[in-house]
Amino acid sequence: MASTISSPSPRWLDQITPWLVPVAILASWQAAAQLGWLSTRILPAPSAVLSAAWSLAASGELLTHLKASFARAAIGFAIGGGIGFFFGLINGGYRLAENLFDTTLQMVRNVPHLALIPLVILWFGIGEEGKLFLVALGVFFPIYLNTFHGIRAVDASLVEMGRSYGLSGWSLFRQVILPGALPGILVGVRYALGFMWLTLIVAETISATSGIGYMAMNAREFLQTDIVVVAILLYAVLGKLADVAARLLERRLLRWNPAYAPV
Amino acid sequence: MGVIDSNEIRALTGAPAPGEARRSGVRIRFDGLSKAYAARQVLNDVNLDIEPGEFVAIVGRSGCGKSTLLRLLAGLEQPGAGGIALDGEPLQQTRDELRLMFQDARLLPWRTVVDNVALGLPGSRADVRRAALAALADVGLADRADEWPSRLSGGQRQRVALARALVHKPRLLLLDEPLGALDALTRIEMHQLIERLWLAQGFTALLVTHDVAEAVALADRVLLIEDGGIALDLRVPLARPRERGSAAFAALEDDVLRRVLQHPPLEDEPQPSSAVSFGQWRWAA
Repeated sequence: MASTISSPSPRWLDQITPWLVPVAILASWQAAAQLGWLSTRILPAPSAVLSAAWSLAASGELLTHLKASFARAAIGFAIGGGIGFFFGLINGGYRLAENLFDTTLQMVRNVPHLALIPLVILWFGIGEEGKLFLVALGVFFPIYLNTFHGIRAVDASLVEMGRSYGLSGWSLFRQVILPGALPGILVGVRYALGFMWLTLIVAETISATSGIGYMAMNAREFLQTDIVVVAILLYAVLGKLADVAARLLERRLLRWNPAYAPV
Repeated sequence: MGVIDSNEIRALTGAPAPGEARRSGVRIRFDGLSKAYAARQVLNDVNLDIEPGEFVAIVGRSGCGKSTLLRLLAGLEQPGAGGIALDGEPLQQTRDELRLMFQDARLLPWRTVVDNVALGLPGSRADVRRAALAALADVGLADRADEWPSRLSGGQRQRVALARALVHKPRLLLLDEPLGALDALTRIEMHQLIERLWLAQGFTALLVTHDVAEAVALADRVLLIEDGGIALDLRVPLARPRERGSAAFAALEDDVLRRVLQHPPLEDEPQPSSAVSFGQWRWAA
């Protein structure tokens, strides 16, 4: 950290300062909406967004859509992440597997997965499978690449030590290789969570009968800008929650690593 | 090249004859052992007997093949020709009788100190932990048992590595320059620790080192490897614990050092163990 020229400010001021700008923006947004400078069709007032969120929550509609989106995200993540983890393990661990699969996977990686949407609709129609397919594809590559390189980055001297202490096969994998690859794998998980929400937003916007994306598209039809904003904010909150969860996982699993130790 | 007569020195210092067999050490025999990397002959027809419980130090210029000898013995590499026998039986891939201490401690950073010591120990959790704690107490680190290795100093890590090796009650301990990276004071402490545990447990010990003083301080027998063979086989007749300042110690150290320096240095360092090239990079940080 570069030291600043000015004298140190009190602690409470340091904590408040970062929030000054967001609060100012919200306040002027609210004021502009109330004074009629900002059309509610463009952007409703923060208070209107809040009350829309409240009424959606009260009616139970919000929870239904949240559940639908969350289930898609979780199932897609489990499928795509599981397959990515598997290929990362075998390609990272075995030269033969890498030779056999890696080139193919790298070619597929260069296709933007959202470009497949027309094809996915043709294959799966507009049901759940297509959305899960897209989410799974979106999380596959970050998990695959980082697991692969995580395994490759395991200190070879530790593996040699493990072998000389009688470890082999599963015990060597569980006690030396997997923990050694874990920092890399968790980086992949954090990237994958980002891709997961991004893919889900797009997939739900195209065709769905439930979920936050559906809620937003439905509201757009009726010019309910406040609900659209609620949906956008919900995605932001969900993304942040996923990131916090991944960070907690890192703190817990990598607590041996001084770089991740709680400050 | 004349081999220094160890009997002469023994007569001078009046030390007792070495080589009393201790009960739990293993006997080692190298029989026509040869090893080559690509076209470079590292070890050429090495024949050697090591008595049970003997402490043998191997010195030589870097790249002379002394570490290779140890890695062959540990089963980490396979000999090109010849063989190694422990107690008359051919060496297998992994032998429970032997444990290796590396140049770096190689502790698993994701395991606590006590769990590192317990690595590969069979038995119930409670038994394993008890044995590991006892081994840690032997090296004076029982109070650090539940810390992460990253919080230990270099010398402490090597002491943990020593405990990890000795908790298996090996009959042969291989030491591959384990003290090379430590400061002078820590090294002397480690010498005393290793000597004490060796005397108590009676295993056979094979120490590869650059440091002639270290070899003379610890070993019953100092071997010099040159041109792929054993150029010097010298008994160290000094009584234990050894006085580093004594005239006999200094004379012996000087003899060995002079003998090592007679040989011109090797031009190129060989690259042992290039089987797998693991990349040390990662996709994203």
